Amino acid sequence: MTTLADQPVTASSGSFKLSMLLNDTRYRSLTFQFIALVAIIAFMAFVGGNLVRNLTEAGLNISYAFLGEPSGYDINQRPIEYDSQSSHGRAALVGLLNTLIVAFLACVTATIFGVIAGVLRLSNNWIVSKLMSFYVEIFRNVPVLIWILIIFSVMINVAPSPRDFRGDDPAASMWLFDTVAVTNRGVYLPKPVWGDGSMIVLAVFAASIIGIFAFRNYARKQLFDHGRMVPVFWPSIGLFFIPAILTQLVLGNPITLSYPSLQGFNFRGGITILGSLIALWFALAIYTGAFIAENVRAGIQAISKGQTEAAGALGLRPNRIMSLVVLPQALRVIIPPLISQYLNITKNSSLAIAVGYMDVTGTLGGITLLQTGRAIETILLLMAFYLTVSLLISFFMNIFNNRMKLQER
Amino acid sequence: MSDTHAQTVAFVRETEIPPSPPPAMEAGAVKWVRENLFSGWFNTIMTLVALYIIIRIVIGVFPWFFNGVWDAGSIRECRDILQGTTGACFAVLVDRWDHLLFGFNYPQDAYWRPTLAFVLLIVAAMPALFYMYIPSKFLIGTALYPFLAYWLLWGGSLWVPIAVLAAIILTGVVFRLVEGMTVSTRTVVAGIVGLAAGVGLAYLLYLGAQELWFISTSVGQAGLFGTIMSLVFKLCSVFTYVFFIPMGIFVGYAIYQSASDGGLVTVVTSLIAISVMMLYGVGPVSSVLNGIIPIELEAVESRQMGGFMLCMMLGAVCVSLSIPLGIVLALGRQSDMPLIKGVCVVFIEFVRGVPLITLLFVANVMLAYFFPPGSGLDLFLRVVIMITMFSAAYIAEVIRGGLAALPKGQYEAADSLGLNYTQATRLIILPQALKISIPGIVNVAVGLFKDTTLVSVISMFDIVGMIRGPIQQSTDWISIYWEPYLFAATCFFIVCYSISQYSQWLERQLQTDHH
Repeated sequence: MTTLADQPVTASSGSFKLSMLLNDTRYRSLTFQFIALVAIIAFMAFVGGNLVRNLTEAGLNISYAFLGEPSGYDINQRPIEYDSQSSHGRAALVGLLNTLIVAFLACVTATIFGVIAGVLRLSNNWIVSKLMSFYVEIFRNVPVLIWILIIFSVMINVAPSPRDFRGDDPAASMWLFDTVAVTNRGVYLPKPVWGDGSMIVLAVFAASIIGIFAFRNYARKQLFDHGRMVPVFWPSIGLFFIPAILTQLVLGNPITLSYPSLQGFNFRGGITILGSLIALWFALAIYTGAFIAENVRAGIQAISKGQTEAAGALGLRPNRIMSLVVLPQALRVIIPPLISQYLNITKNSSLAIAVGYMDVTGTLGGITLLQTGRAIETILLLMAFYLTVSLLISFFMNIFNNRMKLQER
Repeated sequence: MSDTHAQTVAFVRETEIPPSPPPAMEAGAVKWVRENLFSGWFNTIMTLVALYIIIRIVIGVFPWFFNGVWDAGSIRECRDILQGTTGACFAVLVDRWDHLLFGFNYPQDAYWRPTLAFVLLIVAAMPALFYMYIPSKFLIGTALYPFLAYWLLWGGSLWVPIAVLAAIILTGVVFRLVEGMTVSTRTVVAGIVGLAAGVGLAYLLYLGAQELWFISTSVGQAGLFGTIMSLVFKLCSVFTYVFFIPMGIFVGYAIYQSASDGGLVTVVTSLIAISVMMLYGVGPVSSVLNGIIPIELEAVESRQMGGFMLCMMLGAVCVSLSIPLGIVLALGRQSDMPLIKGVCVVFIEFVRGVPLITLLFVANVMLAYFFPPGSGLDLFLRVVIMITMFSAAYIAEVIRGGLAALPKGQYEAADSLGLNYTQATRLIILPQALKISIPGIVNVAVGLFKDTTLVSVISMFDIVGMIRGPIQQSTDWISIYWEPYLFAATCFFIVCYSISQYSQWLERQLQTDHH
């Protein structure tokens, strides 16, 4: 094919005619691209010129100096130190961390919901599978913003207010032996206090986790080398809890918990999880869980029935067929759509602005934008942030996906 | 031997024994329940848990729903009627029905217009949705619908959409005329059009070069970044100054050259015709016609629209605009030309990487800066632009999947038939690729329709914005939440669920291979 096309050129390479720019396929694409380049430059000229004119007319300039100025507003959830004297830049950073927190929590929870619902939807149990398809269809077909608002409204209207916990005969009481308080302002959990020697407990805990992995490796080796089945599940559970708890007891309880208690009009002490965070987290998880359930179901159904039957013929039992044969193969189908669901969660977490959770859209794109009036700068920063997070997530997930992929020759 | 045997046997059964019924445990409902619900201890537990959940939901919802109060003026009245028993207060839906559907600013005596537009939307969509059962001539009605819907929703003179329609039809006539000319006539037309287009393009580029120089002088003050930007713009400006005359000559010449096969000159002539008619023809003609025979509806501005109607409008407009844009982007991304491919990739990846809310912020506060001062695009239009860009990027990815799924043989077969790129794409590639992409496109469309609720964040009063603003903050219905949100959820569920059911049906219809 190339020789045919190249032949006339070598014969008459000197005679380049202008019409060849249009009629010769070798030059035509260059011509088109040149025209496209000119069009892009013209578009830039149009947009940029308008921008410059509009900005001078409004007496504005593009400057990021506001990031260093004191913000003057408070943020209700601060993973790092922050007060109203901190800079706008730090407020953006706090918002960014809040976005990552809710996105991470929602991703984990949505995966759990999704896998459970997806597997149960394929169950032989008629009631269970119908219930799960009901869940999937209801949540998939209604906007996530409505779910966020419904859950948030239910939280602030149904949960008791902190003042209901007061008095001798309170209208509400705390859960789990007076350690957890569910109020309409948020959930208050006990907070660990790290005393002397708590590092030792943590070190023992870390060591026992390493131990679990080592033990599982040993068990696999035993199975492959000697054909002996070593029980894994219960020893792992034991390794997980027993050494750390023993050290804790031997050292005389270095890690203690500080419980939330009612002081004045609100709970103090303990960890606060804001109502807005819970609403956003739960709504994102249950909404995206419905999508993940569909991906999981499609992934499992993509594995041909012959695989299951072959595994059955080898004498594997149903749960082993699922965990050793079907799921590892289904995972390859499930992971790519799962990645895009995680990206969706991260992007949808920007709906935090509807319930007043201070994520990066709420701080940088909300209050900072309103206070400084620097719309272009803040929105560009916001987009840059989300773009970076999206690209990073898809980058790491692609690496993971490539490692999981079937190694073909 | 058999005879003797027969005599010795006392009884021979001559009819078949009727089959006895299966054991009670192995038949009918009992068997089904046993095998499906209680086949093992785990299954039994699951069934019981599921039953418990269902019973809890029923116990929670039914009294609430059936005790519902439909006739009350405020939430306090509602509570008085209920007197402490559980019950919904559906009176808010009755009281604010118009607000939920049309927003609180739409003129009350014009509610029939969006309602009619909605009914006509369903009617007009029928020929496209069920094209295998409805003769294709009814598609003309579908094509006319946007003009009618525009007139119904925004009002004003009927002659404006008619004039636009006429301009489009006339352009089609021009296209056919130029296409059908003899080569010698067309050479004359091509000469005139080429000259005009070349001069016009050169002039536009000259203005662009000036503009770029202007930008470079105004961004130069701010630090190193500003200096670099200034340099880039200066380079672009010089580039354009050098090339504006050659570009004009080249394009003019190319149009002139195309007289023999008629491709380029036809397209350019039609483009010039439609732009001239749109800019200078539609306004005067429609006002003159309206002066002679006035057919007018009360004009409604876009910011007066709200409620579920706004969601439907945004959804319908943006989906129909983003499909062609998505096809163009997908083809661009598949292109061999690095520049065009690069532009498409950057656009798609950028839009897919940011949340829709940031794009709506752009529409709300930033987009106005990019248009000439005083052009005053209204918010609805800006939002439509951004949402269309957003969903076009997703649709482009779906269609790219469809294009990639086509076997290479299809492309090669099209080439070997001697089809050029346009013909091959239009006749061979796209019909197959779009067919594969239908489920994906429908998914994007459903997602986009759901995402229209996000406009409530930038203070547009769609159904969610109406609930959060005028309804929950009014003294009558202060902080009522279950009833209006459930209503909104039901509206969305009905539309989205029917769309996805339709798509599954269409997929089965289009299945040409045998399964």
